[in-house]
Amino acid sequence: MAERWPRVIASALVVFAATAGAPGVDAQEVEIHGFVQVNYSLRVADPAPGDPADDFLLGDHRVQLDLGRTSGSGAVRFGTKVDLIHDAITGEADLDLREAHVTFGGDRYDVTLGRQILTWGVGDLVFVNDLFTKDWTALIAGQPLQYLKVGSDAINTNLYLGPVSVQVVAVPFFEPDVLPRGDRLVGYTPFPGLPVAEARPDRRVGNTEVATRVYGYLGGFDVAAYAYRGFWGSPPGMRPDAERVTWFYPELSVYGLSIQGAFASGILSGEVGFYDSQQDSGGRDPSIENSQVRVLIGYQRAFGSDLTLGGQYSAERMLDHSAYRATLPAGVPERDRTRHNLTARVTRTFNYQTSQVSLFVWVSPNDKDFYLNPEFRHSVTDEAWVAVGVNLFGGSEPHTFFGQFDRNDNLYATIRYSF
Amino acid sequence: MLTTHTTRLARGCGALLGLLAVVAVPLPAPAQTLTAAQIIARAQEAFLGAGDDMRAHLTMRLINKGGKERLREMTMLRTDLEGGDQKYFIYFHRPGDVRDMTFMVWTYRGRDDDRWIFLPAVKMVRRLAADDSRSSFVGSDFTYEDISGRDVEADTHTLRGEAPCDAATCYVVESVPLDGKTEYGRKVSWIDTVSFLPVKEEYYDRRGALARVYTADEIREVDGYPTAVRRTMTDVKRGHRTEVVFDDVAYDTGLDEGLFAERSLRRPPADWIK
Repeated sequence: MAERWPRVIASALVVFAATAGAPGVDAQEVEIHGFVQVNYSLRVADPAPGDPADDFLLGDHRVQLDLGRTSGSGAVRFGTKVDLIHDAITGEADLDLREAHVTFGGDRYDVTLGRQILTWGVGDLVFVNDLFTKDWTALIAGQPLQYLKVGSDAINTNLYLGPVSVQVVAVPFFEPDVLPRGDRLVGYTPFPGLPVAEARPDRRVGNTEVATRVYGYLGGFDVAAYAYRGFWGSPPGMRPDAERVTWFYPELSVYGLSIQGAFASGILSGEVGFYDSQQDSGGRDPSIENSQVRVLIGYQRAFGSDLTLGGQYSAERMLDHSAYRATLPAGVPERDRTRHNLTARVTRTFNYQTSQVSLFVWVSPNDKDFYLNPEFRHSVTDEAWVAVGVNLFGGSEPHTFFGQFDRNDNLYATIRYSF
Repeated sequence: MLTTHTTRLARGCGALLGLLAVVAVPLPAPAQTLTAAQIIARAQEAFLGAGDDMRAHLTMRLINKGGKERLREMTMLRTDLEGGDQKYFIYFHRPGDVRDMTFMVWTYRGRDDDRWIFLPAVKMVRRLAADDSRSSFVGSDFTYEDISGRDVEADTHTLRGEAPCDAATCYVVESVPLDGKTEYGRKVSWIDTVSFLPVKEEYYDRRGALARVYTADEIREVDGYPTAVRRTMTDVKRGHRTEVVFDDVAYDTGLDEGLFAERSLRRPPADWIK
């Protein structure tokens, strides 16, 4: 709504003033960067009855302000990224504080406090041990990849102990993944017609998510071990009653390993994670995900000057499938014990990497669903690029991971000017 | 920091001394005993391994056939390890789209290098797959191999003699790759007999046609090491060229090897990245 603009602008000015005008900070030394971006996405699939009638999935206009400064000695640094957004579909303005953090440290450690984007693991769009918040609606609707990651309000402590480093991330306020809810993007729900309510974990210290990574370089490979204690961010648990379906976030622990390194003229990646579904250890609660083992193996290689090919196999295997089957409510489609996934990515650059054509394919041979994303991207100048692509989803069943997004097929275009 | 002028003077003195030596004692100059492979090894040392470490600010101008320019601005750090292995760290300042991107290579003799890239938009550190002799470094005419070196043993080197080059004398060495995967079929290098810096290199494709030409456009002595502070790689076939200016160059700065780690990819060392 238009009346929100003054608030957004005022907030932006506050951010700017707080950073540029703070005592002891020379405005000249604050690095100011960012971009202006226009991002549209048009639904190309026919909607089913009950789907949102809008043709547009995105009409997104935004300015990202990226402000940062490192103290003279390099000991302290702050960084902020604020998106000022105008959604042309709803006419609403919004402000998204994507990052706002302070880092300090010494030779052997550093700590980053505040809202920050955290990513780890070795998969290409396949996340095994990275349980930091993701916005899947951004990916599905055709926003640039960076919007898949959402900032976590975290305390991120790093210890550098020579050959081994340790990273401990504590997130006091759990934020679940953003998933389609039928308002703009449609997805499968076993409870059609029921509105979604949400029950997040209580704001208690005991509900702090803790994610740990211990990593180092071993025999030519980057090796990492992971441990996570927190909640299922996606898929959520679902508890229906007569009036609504309540999404909740059951307790989850994950333990895993990853490796990545040069192998046979390419890059070999491997990752495994054991998902311990704490509130459904026997697998008999149909509203909570079963415990799982997730594995990933990938290989990527460059051919000649401009072509890169990559492939991955990944799987999610339920550990209590018979208990799951025994307690599955009538009418809810049954999932296989293991979901197998194959992905391929082909990237071809042209004209000194100023243009790029890429194709990402994700198929599940047993769930018989797919995701296809061809994209053309061109750097008009050093500052500006345009991208045009298509997101296509499909499957033989309407409830599978990608099959459920079938009616969100879209054609998207982005133009960005960076400064 | 000495100027080009002084370098020339030094070269002149060297040449004069050489001449005196020839006149006074008719012995072959020691350099003549070098094999082609030794010359290439010394050239690599002078070109990529001067000092124990290096810091430099690089400006790359990528110029296409029509004269349209693109700019890449970066800080490069390098440290040398025992046995000829090296570690490189590169931070990108410009353009805006790649700002804060970092890149790290650990080079090894005789096996594949390790390469990492940090993508700031998604805060992701990844290994980078690249074809050493073919993949373009950030869209320039330089390949990864041109930036961080190629094993001397990967080619057969033949000394074709000596020839005048600019104001100096150069060894002319022809290098033919032993494998069939390398982009070029033959490379001819003109290597300064005093500084051992490559002054010019011609890369011929596998059909024998001239493909790329490297020239050192300005050589300056920095901290006692002759350095090609302006250099150009031209893609003859495509009419595209990349001009690189090295400024703020410093050698033997005492860079800690520990800087060349994932930590720096995610959080570039502020003291070194100006």
